[in-house]
Amino acid sequence: MAAEDGRNWERFDTITQLKRLVILVIAAATVVGSWLVLELDLQYVWTAPREMQDLAVRMYPPEWAYAPEIVWPLIETIHIAVVGTLFAMVLSIPVAFLAAENTTPNKLTYAVGKLVVTVTRSVHTIIWALLFVVMLGPGAFAGMVAIAFRSIGFVGKLLGEEIEEISFDQLEAIKATGGSTFQVLLYGVIPQIKPALIGIGVYRWDINVRNATILGVVGAGGIGVQLFGAVDAFRWSAVLTILIAILGIVLLSETISARARALAR
Amino acid sequence: MFGSQRLKWAVYAGTALFVLWSVVSLLSGVTLSRVSIGVQNGYLLLESMVPPETSSESLQRVYTYLFETVAMAFVATFTGVLLSVPIAVGAAENLSPKPIYLLNRGIISITRSIDELIIAIIAVKAVGVGPLAGIIAISYLSIGFFSKLFAEDIEDIDMGATEAIEASGASRFQTFVYAVIPQVAPRFIGLTVYRWDINIRSSTIIGIVGAGGIGTLLMRSFSRYEYDFAGTILLSIIVVVLAGELFSAYVRRRVT
Repeated sequence: MAAEDGRNWERFDTITQLKRLVILVIAAATVVGSWLVLELDLQYVWTAPREMQDLAVRMYPPEWAYAPEIVWPLIETIHIAVVGTLFAMVLSIPVAFLAAENTTPNKLTYAVGKLVVTVTRSVHTIIWALLFVVMLGPGAFAGMVAIAFRSIGFVGKLLGEEIEEISFDQLEAIKATGGSTFQVLLYGVIPQIKPALIGIGVYRWDINVRNATILGVVGAGGIGVQLFGAVDAFRWSAVLTILIAILGIVLLSETISARARALAR
Repeated sequence: MFGSQRLKWAVYAGTALFVLWSVVSLLSGVTLSRVSIGVQNGYLLLESMVPPETSSESLQRVYTYLFETVAMAFVATFTGVLLSVPIAVGAAENLSPKPIYLLNRGIISITRSIDELIIAIIAVKAVGVGPLAGIIAISYLSIGFFSKLFAEDIEDIDMGATEAIEASGASRFQTFVYAVIPQVAPRFIGLTVYRWDINIRSSTIIGIVGAGGIGTLLMRSFSRYEYDFAGTILLSIIVVVLAGELFSAYVRRRVT
């Protein structure tokens, strides 16, 4: 009976509970502190829903007459995503070989591979676009290069992980028949990573369609140019038309990508 | 796989033709000289960015805006997660009836499809220039991401525990508190921190459309051709983003 009395029904001991409470308080204080730092005027917060509603009223109904004007920009958006992904795949293959532990020549090249992966991923597409618009002039080409650069890290990382898992027996077999390094890559490595290559490419393309819709904000082509033009001109019903169109192509490309990935597997 | 060989080749040929069309239409106006001028411009750009501007006055401005950026990410993560939880519960197949499930899945697909910059520009028109517009946009985008992943986590819980609590006579609410929450709490924390780290990344660029944060400063420096200052800003963005990523990776390792 004494043992019964000594039973502790608390799942965590006092110290763990106390620690959690402290973390919770710190987290809550950070959010409240941030709110205060931003000096958000509550007046605007309360009127925000009304302003949004007002906007919705001005947007509806969508201006269907505007639709023919955005067909070409929509196609251009998809073109940017396709070519950008293609360039990214080509550029990221060497990066992937550097960033994979089993194919990288030495520690230094491994570090370089990881660095390229990290930096290209942590810089947002819009910042890449800003840089490439300065370099190449405004237009879809600059946007495409921006999309390609942003994708290198993502594709390189996933592809590198795939390369780390390939079987070495096949490479050795090709080496044993007298194959050069290039031939080993071509006949030993590439066939093993091909399904992953297709899967990653299609997946990234679908993300890139979404990214390509906003390139227009810095003048790098795509449907964004029309969208931000319409917003600046306060043509809200045209804005709604464009938003519906964007939703359409993004959902379409998502469906295609999901189908293709299911088939490639 | 495709049902018939003919269909399979038709799909391949169609894809190849589309890709070809994309390449031709996008690269047709691009000459080698344009690319080489671009590379030269890139070199000049890099040269004017290095060394980055480090006067104490500029650094002070960068600090102020970075502070705003991170604060925006905190508030937006909080509001975003707050809005996402009911949607995630609604979008979990094992807890919600079919119509509610479909409705919430629909909300998730739509919120995920429109980029936050687009929402930001609309929010700027609605509530004016400043961090509030950014917070609205980032919270909005958090909904799609967070609800989707969190709903999947809720679907993965052990329903045995739920049944056990129900069998002891608990109400729906009690079942949720004692059977569902303890099972998803670690993933909830992990996802929140993960989303916070993505939100930092978003809030660094959202200022480009006037929605607060360091992006405001970046856009201004670009339009004034102050590339050395832009260099400082870009470096600071990379540092903040990487720091956020490291912190989030550390927390996620601890809780899962």
